[in-house]
Parts: sequence; C-alpha cells; structure tokens
Amino acid sequence: MTPAGSDPRRRSGTTSTRARRPKLDLDPVTVRRARTLARKVGRPIVRLAEQHTTVSVERATLRMAGLVGADPEGTPWANRLLDSVRGDVGLEHGVALPVWDALVRGAAGDLGELAQKAAVGSVRFRLPEGRDATRAAAAAKKSVGAGLRRIDARRRERERLIKRHGDPSQTPWIYLIVATGDIYEDMPQAQQAAREGADVIAVIRSTGQSLLDFVPEGATREGYAGTYATQENFRLMRAALDESSKELGRYVRLTNYASGLCMPEIATLAGLERLDMMLNDSMYGILFRDINPVRTFVDQRFSRQVHARAGIIINTGEDNYLTTADAVEAAHTVTVSQLLNEYFAKEAGLADWQLGLGHAFEIDPDVPESFRLELAHALLARQLFPKAPLKWMPPTRHMTGDVFRGYLLDGFFNLAGMMTGQGILLVGMMTEAVVTPWLSDRDLALQNVRYVRSAAGGLAEDFQPAPDGLIARRAQQVLAESIDLLTRIVEHDDGLLDAIADGTFGLMRRPADKGRGLDGVVPLAPGYANPARELLEART
Amino acid sequence: MSTPAADTIATTGQADLVGPPGEPATPARILRPYGDTTGDGMVQMSFTLPMAHGKLAEGAALQLAQKMGMDPAMVVHAKAMGPGYCFFVVYGRVHHLVDTSAITVVERDYPLLSPKEANLAVRKGLRRRMTVVGACIGSDAHTVGIDAILNIKGFAGEKGLEYYREIRVVNLGAQVSVPQLVASAQEVTADAVLVSQVVTQRDAHVLNTREMSAAFREAYPADRRPVLVVGGPRFDESMADQLGVDRVFARGTTPAEVASFLVHALVTRRKAAA
Repeated sequence: MTPAGSDPRRRSGTTSTRARRPKLDLDPVTVRRARTLARKVGRPIVRLAEQHTTVSVERATLRMAGLVGADPEGTPWANRLLDSVRGDVGLEHGVALPVWDALVRGAAGDLGELAQKAAVGSVRFRLPEGRDATRAAAAAKKSVGAGLRRIDARRRERERLIKRHGDPSQTPWIYLIVATGDIYEDMPQAQQAAREGADVIAVIRSTGQSLLDFVPEGATREGYAGTYATQENFRLMRAALDESSKELGRYVRLTNYASGLCMPEIATLAGLERLDMMLNDSMYGILFRDINPVRTFVDQRFSRQVHARAGIIINTGEDNYLTTADAVEAAHTVTVSQLLNEYFAKEAGLADWQLGLGHAFEIDPDVPESFRLELAHALLARQLFPKAPLKWMPPTRHMTGDVFRGYLLDGFFNLAGMMTGQGILLVGMMTEAVVTPWLSDRDLALQNVRYVRSAAGGLAEDFQPAPDGLIARRAQQVLAESIDLLTRIVEHDDGLLDAIADGTFGLMRRPADKGRGLDGVVPLAPGYANPARELLEART
Repeated sequence: MSTPAADTIATTGQADLVGPPGEPATPARILRPYGDTTGDGMVQMSFTLPMAHGKLAEGAALQLAQKMGMDPAMVVHAKAMGPGYCFFVVYGRVHHLVDTSAITVVERDYPLLSPKEANLAVRKGLRRRMTVVGACIGSDAHTVGIDAILNIKGFAGEKGLEYYREIRVVNLGAQVSVPQLVASAQEVTADAVLVSQVVTQRDAHVLNTREMSAAFREAYPADRRPVLVVGGPRFDESMADQLGVDRVFARGTTPAEVASFLVHALVTRRKAAA
C-alpha cells in the first residue's frame, strides 16, 4: 500500500546517508526483548479499547456517513444527534442501529434532517430487533462505507498529486508551523512558508481545543495561540497548499492535530479533507491534558485505524516528556513511549512509513557532552525504528530569550538531525518562548537549516561512533533503562493503566476512573454495532 | 513572553556619567548604552520592512533608524525575504539618557523558591499538603493561563504546580461558575484559589474577579478564607485591593513565582501573624 515516494527516508537527495553497517552495535536479542515487552504492555489496552466505545467514536461514525453542520448555537449536528440517541436508548449498542433504524422507518430523509428533528424532540429512537436490526445495520454499513470510499479516494488523489508534483528532493523534510488564529491569515502565510522551503505545514490548534467535546464548525477567524481545527479550515488550507504544490513543483504536506477529546472525529475529517500528517500520540492526552485513560485509548485506536486507511503519517509526541522531565534522566521514557506508540500504531494497521515517532533536542546545553548525548539518543531512535520517518523536534526548554544563543543551539539541533538521518525536522525558532515567529525569524531559521544541510547534509556517511565510545555506551544504557521501565510496567497488576495511575510517566498520576471525558466512555453491550469499526477492522 | 526584569536595568550600569565624583556608593543613575567604550551609546536592532530589497529599502531602513534616534545609523545587513519584504540589521549611536531614578518597578515582596524549597516550606510550615484549586471563571474558555501555571508541563521551562509534591492541585478547567468554584473550594478545603481570566471584553475579567472575591468573602469567615489569586495578560499587578484578591499576576508570570507567593502567604505570613 505504500504510495510511491511517500516515505521521507526514500528518494533522499543524498542516498549515501544510509551507512552500510549500523552505527550502533545494539544487541538484536535486547531489541527483540524491548518489542516483546511493548507488546505485552499494549495488548491488554487493545482489548480494553475493543470492549468500549466513546461519544467521539460514535460521532466520528456519523461524520463518516456524511453528517455535517451545526445548529444556530454552533453545536454540531453530530453532537445533537448523538445526545438524542443516548438519551433515548443509551450508547452501549452504538449509534448506528437506532439512527439508521429511524432512517429506514422514514423518520427523516437523511442524517441532517434526522438530527434536526431529534433536536426538537419529534423523533424517538429505539433499538431495532430481528429483521429491523438487520435492515438498519445494512443501511448504516452502506452510508458509512460510502464515507470510507471518499477517504480512499482522497488517498488516491494524494498519491496522484505526489506523482505529478513530486516529493521534496532532500531529507529531512522541513516542517514549519503556522498559526495566527485566523484561517484567512494562515493561508497566505503557509503559502509563503512553502515558497521559503517548507515541505510540511502544520497549523497549530487554538489553545484549549483539545478539551472541547465537539469539533467547531466552519471557517474560523479567531483562536488563541492557534487556529481551530474544523473541517472547513482543513479544506481551505489543503486547497491553498495544492496551489503551492503546483507553483513549486513539489507536493506540500499539511498537518494538524488528532488529539484531545475529539480525536476520532478530527482523524475522520482529516481523512475526508486529505490532510497528510496528524499529531497522534497514545498517551499525551492522558498525561498532559488529564483526559481519562480509557477514553484516550479507545479514541486512539479508532483514530489510528482511520489514519492507516487514509494514508496519513502520524507524528507522536515524545518531545513532551522532555519538556517536563530532564532530557538525560528521562531519555528512556522517550524510547518506551516510542515502542508503545509503534505497537499501538501497527496494531491499528499503520505501516512503518506512517510512523513519525517523535523525539527532541532538549538536553540542557550546560551539561557536559550534551551534543554527544543528543547524538546517542537520536541514533538509538534511528536504529530501533529504521524504516520510520522520525520526527525531530527542536529545543524549547533551554531557549531562554537570548535569541543569539538560541540560533546557535538550533544550528546544533539541525546538525544532529542531518548526522542521524531524521525524516521530518521541525524547524526551530530562535524566538521560541519570546514571540510567535515573525517573518524574519522563520527566514533566519530556514537559512540555518539550509546552511547545515548544504554544509553537512552527507556527514552521516563519514560519521561512525566509536564502538565503545560515549555515544555507543549511552545508547545501550538508554535501551537497558527502557527495558527496565517496560518490565516494571508489565509487573503492575493492571499493567499500563496502573503504571499511568501511579505516576510512572512524566510524574503524573492519572487513575483510570478519573480525568476529562470519562462520562463519554461506554462499555459495549452484546449486539453493539458500528459499521465504521467493522469496516476498519476488516482491512487487508 | 518573559522579558528580563526591569529592575536589572538599575543594577547593570557601568558608570555614573553625570553624578558627582567621589561617591562610588550611590548606584549609577544616568546611563547610556555601552558598545565598547563608556558613553558611546551604541545599540543594535533588526526589523523587517514590507518592501522589496534595494537601495530604496536601505534608505527606508536608515530613515526609520534616524527617526528612532540613531545618529549616525549604519545598515549593516539587508536581505530580501520573498518579493515584498526586506530584513535589516542596523547598528548606530543613540543620544538618549536613561535615568534609573525615574523607574518604578513592582518588586517581588517574597523570596523566589525552587520547587524543592517550596515543598520543604510547606512540609515544615503546614505539616500537610497545600491544596490549590484553579479555574477559568465565567464564559472564559482560555485555559492557557491556568494550565501554564498548574499543569506539569508548566511554562517558560518551569514545571507547573502539579509537579510540586507538597501541593495538591485541583484544576477545574474552563467556564466554571463562581458558585461551583466556591463549592469546590469548600469541598476540598482549599488553601488557595487561583483564577485565570484572559477574555477582557467589556471588562469581563474585572467584573468576574470582583464577583468571585465577593462570593468567597460571603462564604467564608475572614480568617478561614482561602488565599485568592487572579492572573491574566490584561491585569495590572497593583489592582489587588480593588479586585478584593490577595494577589494579581500579570503577563509572563511563571509557576515558581505563584508557588513562592502561596508559600509566602500561607506559611510565612500566617506563621508571622500567629
């Protein structure tokens, strides 16, 4: 299924960056053991996800079947319809049977009309049985299947456009952030960033969107420190970047965030609007946003299945661990999270080329040998996940407002990225923690990347750490600590959930029965039906 | 976001240019910027003009620098950024004098503690964990401020209050009503209540805060009331009395400053009063 040229590791301008022998002499038995442990930790979570549904998974199903729009107060019809169904018959059987039963009965002509009627109370839902249930299930499958075929068509369209315009000629792909809060300001800024060399544009979301239990509707012009993720904003920005792709002769990718309480719906909208990458981490919402763990894992699995189907590259959020914990002490938590993210991703059907596993250049520059330690960590990730397009994140924590020192630090970050063959490089700004990037900040940052790339783009070829040197020893140490941590998680009575509850990650205690969005989690009853889940599960 | 504190200006002076000689003990009062010679007044700046690169653009940059008081000014670098923008680096001499005696700063009246020190002070002073309730009240959905202070992720490289072992954080999130906030504070016997207000339409931040402080005054006897703290980008730090709260924090406040204040208010000050 890998589309031609969609792997940022492939078609590299400097093909020699892949050295013939591995740079780190990692024991293959230890590496296998790490993956086995990750599987052991992850499997009960997958079972848990299979046994539950959430309001957002069910709303994503309605959106996949074509339900769009919002009421005059701005509440999406998907929310209104879901709430009506839940009020009448509960959610434990899924939204599909009651909704399509009503449609089959002729209660409304389509989903939109049904939602409006349900909102004013003129439709009552029931749980169909026997032949009625069979008919409702068939109708639901037909509608949802049509939505999945639209997602498939968008994927083929991406593959066509990549063939026509081409991929970036070099790796790493250059990833730039745009976020003004106003989609109509974002579009020209994104186009300018693409002209200046960005291969991937990320539109940062408005602060707090992750905690909204609905997806805002329409084109939005005000956001706080970011722009709302809405279907219309997705469409507008993708169209703007399609123009840029044509103008520049390379396909410019678009990124957004499938995280927070609505991740399944946002993943679905991303598939429908041909977004190319999505931030999608297995534990970020739990640890950093206090979202209920079960809610997160259920939503996570569905959204990853959608991403797999849509040909979207996910970016995981391991950089966040290092913004709260010490980057040397907590290096192994990054590796553990990468291994878990890999397990959950592959289980959900994502291929290696879709795994933008995250890591970051966050070691305190005052630590002796900090650059060598960074190289060790970056190489470890590179070698553990040789086929994944790793996402390399710039320094933020030790950017102090001294923009001159910050510029140097970003240069070293870029160099580490080139030397260790990273796939996606998020461009660091010297004004990190000072202002949202100015035009000149972005220009200077891209000059930094271009200089390092042209001066040392092929350095990986000459760079072979000494077999028993600091870099090799440090990488082995981090891998050993990762195995220790995974072992400790497996030893918990309730595995990963207990480990999350007692503060094993990022020092945060997040019990499975607490956190935001818990009231949107429902255990499945016998007879639960969801055509989206069935069709996504039945992948080849 | 965090800028060097204004008070550093007063302490980094090189020499007193106009002060009477023979009084080295008095801090420098009248200063000029320092390049490599005392009194040279040299500064550097960079900026972008929305115009194409060329002789005209360099002239425009020079004109701006001169209008800003740089004389002579030197455009040492000019670079096109796309067809319609040009970036400049300018060096030059300014003739302005800085009078440090005319600067007023709101000094922090409590010591800044590290998380370790704050934990220790709470353990010793309260002999239990400190409970802090946080919320965005009214229609304000911007949790960015309260989250920056409370969430472990923190702000400006500092971890949030959740990171402090001796602080128990109850973050109620956004759009919390004042009665809900009071009820939650009573339920968990809060020692302190942190409220963030970002939206300032029709002075909502001021009105909401007054409503909140009045409700707490009504619900608690004066000596049992939790410490009330409000923060947001549009607050003036001198407004605490007016708003009926114990402390106002403005833009750029870091978690350690808030934690240090809470320790000061709950441990140090109460001990002094006892």
